[in-house]
Amino acid sequence: MLNGMTALELGQKIKERQIGVAEAVREAYAAIDAREAETHCYISLCRDRALRQAESVQQRIDAGDLRSPLAGVPMAVKDNICTQGVPTTCASKILTGFVPPYNATVFRKLEDAGAVLLGKLNMDEFAMGSTTETSFAGATRNPWDTTRVPGGSSGGPAAAVAAGEAMFALGSDTGGSIRQPAAFCGVTGLKPTYGTVSRYGLVAYASSLDQIGPLGRDVADVAAVYEAISGYDPQDSTSMDRPAFREKPTADLRGKRIGIPAEYFGEGLNPEVKEAVLQAAWLLEEQGAALGECRMPELSYAIPTYYIIACAEAGSNLSRYDGVKYGFAAEHSDLQSLYLNSRTQGFGPEAKRRMLLGAFVLSSGYYEAYYLKALRAKALIKGAFDRAFEEFDLLLCPTAPTTAPRLGESLSDPLAMYLGDIYTVSVNLAGLPGLVVPCGFDHSGLPIGMQLIGKPFGEKALLDVGLAYQELTDHHKKTPEGRALA
Amino acid sequence: MNYEMVMGLEVHCELSTNTKIFCGCSTVFGGEPNTHVCPVCSGMPGTLPVLNRQVVEYAIRTGLATHCEITRYTKFDRKNYFYPDLPKAYQISQLYAPICQNGHIDIVANGEKKSIRIKEIHMEEDAGKLIHDPWEERTLVDYNRCGVPLLEIVSEPDFTTGEEVIAYLTALRAILQYVGVSDGKMEQGSLRADVNLSVRPVGQAELGTRTEMKNINSFRAIARAIEGEAARQIEVLENGGRVIQETRRWDDNKGRSFAMRSKENAQDYRYFPEPDLPPISISQDWVDRVAGELPELPKAKKARYLAEYGLPEYDVDLLTGDLALGKLFEGALEVCGSPKECANWVLGEVLRLSSETATPTDAMTLDAGKLGRIIIMVEKGRVNRSTAKEVLEKVFADDIDPEEYVKAQGLEMVRDDKAVGQVVEAVIRDNPKSLAEYLAGSGKVRQFLMGQCMRQLKGKADPALVGQLLGEMLDKISKEN
Repeated sequence: MLNGMTALELGQKIKERQIGVAEAVREAYAAIDAREAETHCYISLCRDRALRQAESVQQRIDAGDLRSPLAGVPMAVKDNICTQGVPTTCASKILTGFVPPYNATVFRKLEDAGAVLLGKLNMDEFAMGSTTETSFAGATRNPWDTTRVPGGSSGGPAAAVAAGEAMFALGSDTGGSIRQPAAFCGVTGLKPTYGTVSRYGLVAYASSLDQIGPLGRDVADVAAVYEAISGYDPQDSTSMDRPAFREKPTADLRGKRIGIPAEYFGEGLNPEVKEAVLQAAWLLEEQGAALGECRMPELSYAIPTYYIIACAEAGSNLSRYDGVKYGFAAEHSDLQSLYLNSRTQGFGPEAKRRMLLGAFVLSSGYYEAYYLKALRAKALIKGAFDRAFEEFDLLLCPTAPTTAPRLGESLSDPLAMYLGDIYTVSVNLAGLPGLVVPCGFDHSGLPIGMQLIGKPFGEKALLDVGLAYQELTDHHKKTPEGRALA
Repeated sequence: MNYEMVMGLEVHCELSTNTKIFCGCSTVFGGEPNTHVCPVCSGMPGTLPVLNRQVVEYAIRTGLATHCEITRYTKFDRKNYFYPDLPKAYQISQLYAPICQNGHIDIVANGEKKSIRIKEIHMEEDAGKLIHDPWEERTLVDYNRCGVPLLEIVSEPDFTTGEEVIAYLTALRAILQYVGVSDGKMEQGSLRADVNLSVRPVGQAELGTRTEMKNINSFRAIARAIEGEAARQIEVLENGGRVIQETRRWDDNKGRSFAMRSKENAQDYRYFPEPDLPPISISQDWVDRVAGELPELPKAKKARYLAEYGLPEYDVDLLTGDLALGKLFEGALEVCGSPKECANWVLGEVLRLSSETATPTDAMTLDAGKLGRIIIMVEKGRVNRSTAKEVLEKVFADDIDPEEYVKAQGLEMVRDDKAVGQVVEAVIRDNPKSLAEYLAGSGKVRQFLMGQCMRQLKGKADPALVGQLLGEMLDKISKEN
């Protein structure tokens, strides 16, 4: 039943008392029970808590205390977002048993709005990866083709929304981790402008790049969740208020100047993906948008810049996992072996690879050559976007060079895997908002997503264009089971 | 071969803010282990630091009081290393843009004036405490101190003697107390000094290899540590060896230093800018306001005391070197108007009581006004000095009202010539042996007689009067004999 609805539609029905919150939650778990064996979106479920929460939310709705459009809507969050009293593992052995005594700000906001947590979603370990295969809990499978990856690192969130195992989800995006899985799974995903959503309670990967963002069935859902979670948080010094959405997103394309970055349509881009994205652009042009080409040669430095900065920060952020305070502690004979054994046994190879890379680029003698250079390159990349936005309101491009690869194909060549982030990392480096909407399928029926990149705090333009596009198309209404949304 | 020392100091000062530098936990000393902690200062996943504005304020104050330039665009950096007292495995500190730079503190040591340059002052967070469990093979970690705000004050290697180091620390501590940022107590750990020391043959321009000494917990220990380490290094060199650059732990009980956990490779802290804290822009207005609110600093106060009150320099140094004593002095002075008397009382009786009752000067509750009133009573002859001391003790302990107490206890000084004269006569009469000794030429016995008179007068007589009358009577008797 829930598969026929968006989160906002469900929220409306709950508000009108057509569906009870407990009923919605039970339906959600029924979908989970039916599909989890195939998809493995979740690391953990919290049924008892959800049902108790459902009761409490229903009471608040009945008392007229809850006005949010998301009240009563069952959802799930990526397992790197701290949920008080609910285990949070970041899909890593080293955090087994960690139950945070505090909430991430975004999660508290959603619960205050009345959304109900179904469980914690699978991810690449500590958000490091593009396939969700590095999870200590095992891989998640793409609901469109379970021999393939859902993307990463927010594979669980994207797959859960696609498979109807959650009405919406929260993911995190450091180099594309919301957008790429959204594209691979045919759902809508938003990486907000850096700083507009609090990072308090998000287990840090790369502090200057991480952002939490929503994944949902359509732009309207994503916009509503973004509205609920964004805003300045005194507990996050890098957060700030964004200009409020005075109105809901409007499907208005007239006068929108859309830039097409030439560098993003070159070599390495799968022809079907290219075709689908260009078709989307032309459709928008037909409806009144002005297209133009923009050149951003600095983007060729994006991948090494991203990996140097992200790994440097990650290495430092992950140093606290040492077996002393929480999580996994290995057998040891002294302090040194406690550290070495716990970290050796507790982390997977990709996390280790990035921590080592990070330590190297920050080490004395190499700091100027790598890290400092990367910071300068980051500024240049931002400059390239600033120039583009003098001419355009937003940019349109592919999200990933391919559709979802098969399970097991990617991990043997990490560098090749890193190159797959080519269209997404630059957006994190520049701190810009990025929206992904489904724009077609390849010949095997695998989803393709197009990416819209906005100015700083320019989410409204992205959501407007995305909404317009979704009014003209139905890619976002398709589901893996073949049932179209009503 | 004669050697000279070259030293630099890194002083860590715990700031007396109410809460920690990056979270709202209390900084109060003591407390059950791990009760002044929260997810932020205990390094839990997903937590973020938020800067305590008061810490920046205190840093600016300290910088201005030491003639530093205030860095207008200051930021934090991460210093990464693994140790159980560091929950995040990095310390948030400042390397690239410390908040204060290029200051100085003027000192006098061995009679010579010298200016010690301050390279920089920066803000950072303190680590926790490790407590070795004596009963079991384990170490316990207390995070209460994690995140307590510190200022690190780094000097240039301008010191050549231990006296200079002590003079600098004394002056620095006074400044920190005066500007109200710290109580600066070495014994309690709110002021910690690490000494970087190297030796070189006199006349050599090149610096020797230096060692860093930690765990020095008092001024006296510093003097010993400096002497000990210089001697150790000289011995190494005289024996043809080379001084190893290392960090050493000074053990004051054993009177020697020990190399700390070997750092074969110099520790690489992999510093990089702290991404969770935006840089701080300090406006000229902010600096001006802090400058305007600075109290009179020790150096200026000393100059003023010397000029206005004509007190000996030694006394002035003591009064200006301790904020509480200075306040007491000024408060009493306001009431009684006599700087010499106030200085004597504060540096004499008050310090004695402080020491006897083991009350630190900044914990004394002695009311300065009441001290002033006691001094007035003495000056006006209402009580004699020994009575006044007794009254002071009571005020010190119980904060009684001095005039009322004197009245209630009947302690007014007896000045009645006749009454005193009668007692003096009686004492002389009752002590014929002493009188005989006096007449035989013993001067000492007069003190005894004086003491007897005072006793008879229950200590309330004006000693000057008693002495005068006693002297007169003894003279008279001498002449008669």
